[in-house]
Amino acid sequence: MSEIPLSHILFVSTALFFIGMYGMFTRRNMITMLMSIELMLNSVNINFIAFNKYLFPGNLDGLFFTIFIITIAAAEAAVAIAIIINLYRNHKSIDVEEADALKH
Amino acid sequence: MDYASYILYIPLLPLASFLLISLLGGKRLGKVGGIIATLSVAISAGLSIYTFSKYFGSDGLVDGTYQAIKPIHYTWLKFSEGLSIDMGVLLDPVSVMMLVVVTGVSLMVHLFSIGYMQGDERYSTYFSYLSLFTFSMLGLVLSTNIFQIYMFWELVGVSSFLLIGYYFTKLSAVAASKKAFIVTRFADLGFLIGIMILGFGAGSLDFGTIIAKLSGNQTAEAIAMSGTTFLGVSALTWGLTLVFMGGAGKSAMFPLHIWLPDAMEGPTPVSALIHAATMVVAGVYLVARMFPVFANVPVALDIVTWVGVVSAVFAAIIACTQTDIKRVLAYSTMSQIGYMMFALGVSGTGEAGTGFTGSLFHLFTHAFFKSLLFLGAGAVIHYVHSNEMSDMGGLRKYMPITHATFLLACLAIAGVPPLAGFFSKEEILLAAWNSNPIIYFIALATSGLTAFYMFRLYFSIFHHKDYTPSGHGHHGEGGFTMMLPLLILGALTIGAGFLPFSEYISADGVPRDMELHLAFSIAPVLTALAGILLATSFYKNQNEKPAKVAAMFGNLYGWAYRKFFIDEIYLFVTKRILFNILGNAAAKTDRQVVDGGVNAIASATGFIANRIRGLQSGHVQEYAIWFLGGALSLTVLIIYLLY
Repeated sequence: MSEIPLSHILFVSTALFFIGMYGMFTRRNMITMLMSIELMLNSVNINFIAFNKYLFPGNLDGLFFTIFIITIAAAEAAVAIAIIINLYRNHKSIDVEEADALKH
Repeated sequence: MDYASYILYIPLLPLASFLLISLLGGKRLGKVGGIIATLSVAISAGLSIYTFSKYFGSDGLVDGTYQAIKPIHYTWLKFSEGLSIDMGVLLDPVSVMMLVVVTGVSLMVHLFSIGYMQGDERYSTYFSYLSLFTFSMLGLVLSTNIFQIYMFWELVGVSSFLLIGYYFTKLSAVAASKKAFIVTRFADLGFLIGIMILGFGAGSLDFGTIIAKLSGNQTAEAIAMSGTTFLGVSALTWGLTLVFMGGAGKSAMFPLHIWLPDAMEGPTPVSALIHAATMVVAGVYLVARMFPVFANVPVALDIVTWVGVVSAVFAAIIACTQTDIKRVLAYSTMSQIGYMMFALGVSGTGEAGTGFTGSLFHLFTHAFFKSLLFLGAGAVIHYVHSNEMSDMGGLRKYMPITHATFLLACLAIAGVPPLAGFFSKEEILLAAWNSNPIIYFIALATSGLTAFYMFRLYFSIFHHKDYTPSGHGHHGEGGFTMMLPLLILGALTIGAGFLPFSEYISADGVPRDMELHLAFSIAPVLTALAGILLATSFYKNQNEKPAKVAAMFGNLYGWAYRKFFIDEIYLFVTKRILFNILGNAAAKTDRQVVDGGVNAIASATGFIANRIRGLQSGHVQEYAIWFLGGALSLTVLIIYLLY
């Protein structure tokens, strides 16, 4: 079984990143936006792992970064969901277009 | 006692009294404030007299010359080798004499004020100001350094400002204090520039060094300063003239005299202390302090002479027409200081230093009889509650002590022997005669005028008509504390002239015999008597003569009554010319350039902000797109443009 080349993995992660970005810009539902952000973070994780494995197989730096990012992402999700719940209590909606009180 | 062990108490005791009274809060102290201030000045005066006797009795004279002693010397701010602002105490014949004058007159005024200011709401504040003034004046007198003198000079100006504006509810007093401050401050600007020129030229700010370096023609500094010219006048002359400008401002010399008559808005004892005996002679003191340098520059000395002569005559003429008794005295002060100034101007050094001795002698005697006149006027005003001559007359029966001492002082200022003023005025006239007969005759005529206007004042207050007590004669002549200073000063007016002054003070510090020629005294004494007789015939009883003579002089009388329109000229120059041209231009620059610039920045900011505020829409996704755009453009920039 031949080894998967690095470029394939980078292709997957880039695709994942832009799918996440597309979702982030087009979805109005905040939870969907949160999910899109998670997609982008995970594409970065894949990048880290891939580069670590292909370029510096002896090191663990990329792995550690990934673990950090997963931790941060969990915390971020907790905070974001807390915000969304509060927003829902006040606005009866989690549509991001309606949460535009902070403006000029 | 060693000088260093006590000399600092002389200026610092009044300062301590000022701090004590003002920190403890004036109103709570009540009468105690007056006692604290008077006691502190009394101790200072005692120490000063002790210093006087010690200095002139034993310590001062070394090898036939009075030496300058610096018991305390402290280098405070050092700019370069040689150039430093020092704080110290300088004892030489002039400063020791001034110590006695300042503390003596100050003590008398403090005593007098205890009675005079009784019942005043800000009684203690008044005394704290008096103490501050006494401290500043003593510091000025003892300065070793020209910059030190400048600092105390300004402190004196501030305390004078505070005291002139003491009745700050009176608009005229406020205006007068501002006027005094601004006029003297303007003169001090010249003083400061003069200090800088001299300090730069001599490479030092110390009096001794400046005099040593600039008084001869041989030293490198003097040659360099005489060689450097600006507008055709040498730097040395500029420096001295500008220093003299400061002195002329403080001493109310023409044309910077306009503040002095208005300064009479202050309480009368203050006028006696500041505007007759001490502060206004600071200019004379300054010129005397720098005299060896002035003597080296004939042009500067000529300026001193002619400013003095013009002030003496000018003020004497105005004094003949004024009706406010304090203003008469103010112009008389200006006239007498004019005498002192031109005496310095006509003086030479060494053997020819009669003018120097005469000037300081006159300063010494004038301090006593002029403060006596002012305190007497204060007692009269206290009794009559008015400054106007027309409200007075016939007071001799009601105020016998004031009457006697006032008469004494009038005789002294007129130059009647054997009172103090006679001796000092003789010296000055003698110096004028030796130098320039024109000045002598002007001075002689002025002394006749002096006798005339002083006796006009005297007769108008104490004779002229019968006094009708008008209800407010609720108190007598004044208490013990008010009469005692009058009596002491009266005694000094009689006695001060007999002091062998030239044995103490001369231009080069060598004791000399008094020059007094009986034959020479005939003309001045006759002139004085003529002035007195004329005044007697005009004002002893009410008659038509003064009005007729006033009509005879026509316009001249009117001009003199209006003080020769000097105030109006100043107003014209400042309001019409300076304010209109410079002031308007400055105002326009301020409004249009400075304000305009700031406004333009503000409106540009507002304009741009209005245009781009739409960007902040509140939609998170729009922000995200901007963020993405920014990140992408940075990427493009880094990848394609920078590499």
